[in-house]
Amino acid sequence: MNAVTDVPRRMSYREALREALREALQSDPRVFLMGEDIGRYGGCYAVTKSLLAEFGEERIRDTPLSESAFVGAGIGAALGGLRPIVEIMTVNFSLLALDQILNNAATLCHMSGGQCPVPLVIRMATGAGRQLAAQHSHSLEGWYAHIPGLRIVAPATIDDARAMLGAALRSPDPVLIFEHIALLNMDGELSAGPTLELDRGAIRRPGRDVTVLTYGASLYKCLHAASQLAEDGLELEVIDLRTLRPLDDALIMSSVRRTHRALIVDEGWRSGGLSGELGMRIAEQAFFELDAPLARVCTAEVPIPYPKHLEDAALPSVERIAEAARALVAK
Amino acid sequence: MPSLGADMEAGTLVEWRIAPGQHVHRGDVVALVETEKGIIDIESFEEGLVERLIVQPGSRVPVGTALAVFAGEAAAPQDAGAAPPQPATAAATAATAGRERAPRASPAARAKAVALGIDLASIPDRGPQGFITLQDVERAAGRPGAAPVAPPTAASRGTVRTAIGAAMSRSKREIPHYYLRLAMDFTAAARWLERYNEARAVPERLLSTVLLIKASARAAGAVLGFNGYFGVNGFEPSQAVHVGVAIALRGGGLVAPAILDANQKPLATIMLELHDLVGRVRSGHMRSGELAAATLTVTSLGEEGVDSLYPIIYPPQVAIIGFGSVLERPWAVAGRVEARPVLNLTLAADHRVSDGRQGAQFLARIRDALLRPEEL
Repeated sequence: MNAVTDVPRRMSYREALREALREALQSDPRVFLMGEDIGRYGGCYAVTKSLLAEFGEERIRDTPLSESAFVGAGIGAALGGLRPIVEIMTVNFSLLALDQILNNAATLCHMSGGQCPVPLVIRMATGAGRQLAAQHSHSLEGWYAHIPGLRIVAPATIDDARAMLGAALRSPDPVLIFEHIALLNMDGELSAGPTLELDRGAIRRPGRDVTVLTYGASLYKCLHAASQLAEDGLELEVIDLRTLRPLDDALIMSSVRRTHRALIVDEGWRSGGLSGELGMRIAEQAFFELDAPLARVCTAEVPIPYPKHLEDAALPSVERIAEAARALVAK
Repeated sequence: MPSLGADMEAGTLVEWRIAPGQHVHRGDVVALVETEKGIIDIESFEEGLVERLIVQPGSRVPVGTALAVFAGEAAAPQDAGAAPPQPATAAATAATAGRERAPRASPAARAKAVALGIDLASIPDRGPQGFITLQDVERAAGRPGAAPVAPPTAASRGTVRTAIGAAMSRSKREIPHYYLRLAMDFTAAARWLERYNEARAVPERLLSTVLLIKASARAAGAVLGFNGYFGVNGFEPSQAVHVGVAIALRGGGLVAPAILDANQKPLATIMLELHDLVGRVRSGHMRSGELAAATLTVTSLGEEGVDSLYPIIYPPQVAIIGFGSVLERPWAVAGRVEARPVLNLTLAADHRVSDGRQGAQFLARIRDALLRPEEL
């Protein structure tokens, strides 16, 4: 599926997201965008900048400040045969639309016996690292990954930022795309074509000693830790989960069976989070392969602090990841 | 190698009673195993075809070692062969007891050790994490002289005394005992027994111990907290009541094989089984099931004149009942003092599981049952 259709091009993660939106709008007349400040203002993270001029008000729709209303409208549009892409400013604000997402988007296909699928795509910003304080910085995608009926994806690379939207639009289920704010300005080379598969994780760095499971912006911290540890002869295998629901158990377990050790790095909080689910799955499916206790590095259990030094201290860091990985092979 | 009691660490396979290709039924004696308590007949609790015998006669192997493989069970070689004792709770506890003594090792290291036939106890290397890893097992496998079977430890080489010492030390170390004593007028039971035995030939006569076993078993089935095991997950009550009866061994020491489902059996059956047990204990032919099965133990000092005894709980059980000698003592009856046969019931129970109040109810139940022996 990784057919390369473009010549490699340099662009930012933000540009890759915009490229994907533009392509979707061009290729399918049913697609339209909806959200707060996405038109005239160009999006609070400038992802949709210039799209209004290009596609007009019919397809790039600024909405009133009511997440519940415009997500609900998106669900209605999807039921009516359109392919809405709804932007919610941040995952924190998505909680105002949680009723629509959980009670309608995730359930209608099931409750109608498959008659009313909701092919809705919701994009939202997630994560910390930009000093936006506790109401704009949390990583709640793990909560959404709890909900049957949704597909949860977290593009961490330029390629995924570009390709996951198209795959999400083709999905009959509602798909939530979590775009980490620390990645928006990341530059990279676009290598793959626009048709990457959902529901599959990817090994971003192979290694024999420890499987590191992560996603989103934490991927780069893990890769950084991996190159540091490689100098000491310790090889981390870094897996980008890409899709948080459903999880790619096959890939995770095949890696753990090789390395016999697993470290989970999740910017979400530890208690009741995705890291616990991942650890439990490994315990269920690969217990007898484990050669060390399961380990995880998560965000400190505090609302994300505003001051830079405290925000940094709360988040998973390269140092903590390296330390946790080293402890697993302490011999 | 099944655990035939919490104090057993290893056993010597004396003789196979099965051969590859043979079909084994549940309850068949598959092997003879020598322990500190004598030679025990090991029964199978699985049905199946013997695929191969792993352990050779004469070998001494730790509890938990796979002895043989039954067809269709290759995926779980540790459960094959002479399987754990009959009741599910006993099986679980025996396995737990075995695990507690096993060295700490990662799941992967354990699986590798089984695959390579390496005994984890023979691996000296432990990293800073304090457990055996895959690498340790692989290193041990490559080392000349790596023992596929553990050299016997000091404790496992010891005598019955050492084994009892180990179990009782563990009990006193781990179990917060509390003790209760209840004195009762044994007249009703003694009279009933006398009348019952009068009409019967010697082999059919009952010993008072049988009444005590049955009364204890009934009470254990009725009052929660005294019948079962204390395992890694705390107290696991047992539905079945298997009463262990402490029986002295000829060369010194004692064992406490169980009368299975004693609360369900008529007195005459208990008597027959007790007689059979004592005989086999003395001749050294105990069965694996009855040795590890007890969910509660009773002990009595018979006619030695000791009026109360304060026994020590046999782990992982949670209670033990002591019966002193029945002795004539002054007893107040309706405002007058009379000479009556008096029995002291004592209870040692695990305070992690029950409190004195429940203990008192438990003892009172036993007393009340003994006051109406005809209903036993």
